[in-house]
Amino acid sequence: MARITYREAISKALWEEMERDPSVFILGEEVGVWGGTYAVTKGFYDHFGPKRVMDTPIAEATIVGAAIGAALTGLRPVAELMTINFAFAAMDHIVNQAAKLRYMFGGQFTLPLVIRTVSGGGRQLGATHSQTPDAIFAHFPGLKVVAPGTPQDAKGLLKAAIRSNDPILFIEHATLYQTRGEVPDEDYTIPIGKSIIQRPGRDVTIVTYSKMLEVSLKAAEQLSKEGIEAEIVDLRSLRPLDMEPVLQSFRKTNRAVIVEEGWRSYGVGSEVAARIYEEAFDYVDAPIQRIAQKETPLPYNRNLEQMALPQVEDVVRAVKEVL
Amino acid sequence: MEKQHYLDLYHQMVLIRLVEEAAAQLYQQGKIGGFLHLYIGQEAVSTGIVSARQPQDRVITAYRDHGVAINVGIPAKQVLAELLGKATGISKGKGGSMHLADVQRNFWGGHAIVGAHLPIAAGLALGDQYQGNDAVTICMFGDGATNIGFFHEALNLSKVWNLPVLWVCENNQYGMGTAVERASAVSEIRQKAEGYDMTNSRVDGMDVIAVREATLAVLEQIRSGEGPHLMEVVTYRYRGHSMGDPERYRPLEEVKRWQESDPIGIYRRYLESQSIATAQELDTIDQRVEEEVAEAVRFAEESPEPPPEALFEDIYAE
Repeated sequence: MARITYREAISKALWEEMERDPSVFILGEEVGVWGGTYAVTKGFYDHFGPKRVMDTPIAEATIVGAAIGAALTGLRPVAELMTINFAFAAMDHIVNQAAKLRYMFGGQFTLPLVIRTVSGGGRQLGATHSQTPDAIFAHFPGLKVVAPGTPQDAKGLLKAAIRSNDPILFIEHATLYQTRGEVPDEDYTIPIGKSIIQRPGRDVTIVTYSKMLEVSLKAAEQLSKEGIEAEIVDLRSLRPLDMEPVLQSFRKTNRAVIVEEGWRSYGVGSEVAARIYEEAFDYVDAPIQRIAQKETPLPYNRNLEQMALPQVEDVVRAVKEVL
Repeated sequence: MEKQHYLDLYHQMVLIRLVEEAAAQLYQQGKIGGFLHLYIGQEAVSTGIVSARQPQDRVITAYRDHGVAINVGIPAKQVLAELLGKATGISKGKGGSMHLADVQRNFWGGHAIVGAHLPIAAGLALGDQYQGNDAVTICMFGDGATNIGFFHEALNLSKVWNLPVLWVCENNQYGMGTAVERASAVSEIRQKAEGYDMTNSRVDGMDVIAVREATLAVLEQIRSGEGPHLMEVVTYRYRGHSMGDPERYRPLEEVKRWQESDPIGIYRRYLESQSIATAQELDTIDQRVEEEVAEAVRFAEESPEPPPEALFEDIYAE
């Protein structure tokens, strides 16, 4: 085990998979000579060369489209979209093409494609560069959506994604890159579509993922000082959504708070809450609480931006509400 | 070219024409759902182009895809079965008219979002370039697709990366009901390649031999590493954009004028005047195709519906 950052974990996963399999290559804006705008692919260009680390024009639809085409020829492209906000320019290729081609053509081929991108606010980048629209992408059957919250999961899930034969949107978080965590030294993968208990507890179930795992863990620590033990389920994948650990935990605690960074309306919390009500209604002791981003475009001003984003105190308050 | 090859091209063109006429009939009988875009009038384009490719060359096209499907060798019965949504269709009844594909025959679809398959075509070519395959990707699309961003992104990328792609614009004069000059700043589509420093050409799409020869020459150029090329093929669709098109946007005289230069008629006269085939030989082919299509219609109609479990199949590989 080594203690490395989320950035290093992702970078290592990519590096090791490229070393392991010559059909894996990277394409995207500034992934090569620049080294990646989040420095994930720093050093890749010099080591793997321009054939396997391809700088593209600023043309998101074509980055994803070309990755789809290359995947159809049997390669394993890892396309990088600099941020998820730019994925909207590639929306047709993500949801109309990647998610549908296999089904539409009767399963004639596989689409081993990974689209890496970055979600999340909190860096004063203004409304168009700060969104967390993860749930939108999880709406589409045919696409898999993964969003790790720890370095260990980031590495294992990215490796699994690259080895998978399905199109996967791999959503990293902009403010997790410096987060450190224990990561196994040996080669390992983490199965896509498996939720996990990140912190055991008995009093309340917190369901979350990505950056909000960090926020939820801090809230749980605070609550623990008051004798409240929260159990935290990290979804890790939004599609397929593994509800089993959530339901197991809920049947024990009978209370749930769902924490996500995106907007509340039609969000991850809506989906998870609905499924708890559908599948564990008899265990409900209090209305399920949803913590999410305020329903505004995210402002530039630091104070206003933080007001809009879910905070540790919001989670603490919601937990006390359901108890 | 051997005589048999000439006759084969004729066979393919007549087969496309009759498959389309049968499809129109089946549509009117309510047996085909959704949209149906017929290729009638444009047969020389896909026939000439596909005949010029090597087996390793990939073909990808837009939603008016029945012609290419026939040309790459998908049996008419599997095309018609797909149109009828049957389990025996080439896409198992889940794609429909706009989504025919046959990977075994290096045909990568049948794409219904205008222009969206152009970036995918660039990726197919990238895959071949990456793997050192001696293959060219032939990407066909309509004139309407040259006004959407995907076209410009994909052409630019193909030139920047020197990808082995032949871009083929089938200029059939109308994007749905909008004439080229009402939608495009330049009415000669080939000119759009100039902005990407890309070689380009304009070909008579009613003449299958002209299309074939132009394609052979340009495929050789691309294969030798000279980079992508935009070929504009000037053609005309006799039927509406899709079934149920009231065709208020063009005078009937215009359609009639183009029908005088019917691609099958032109080719027939060519074969006879060059003494490649006799009228009798060609009539025999016509008759054979009629029987083939009648049999294909029967096959499609008698084929089973997809089983209920097919609903959830092939969403993911894993």
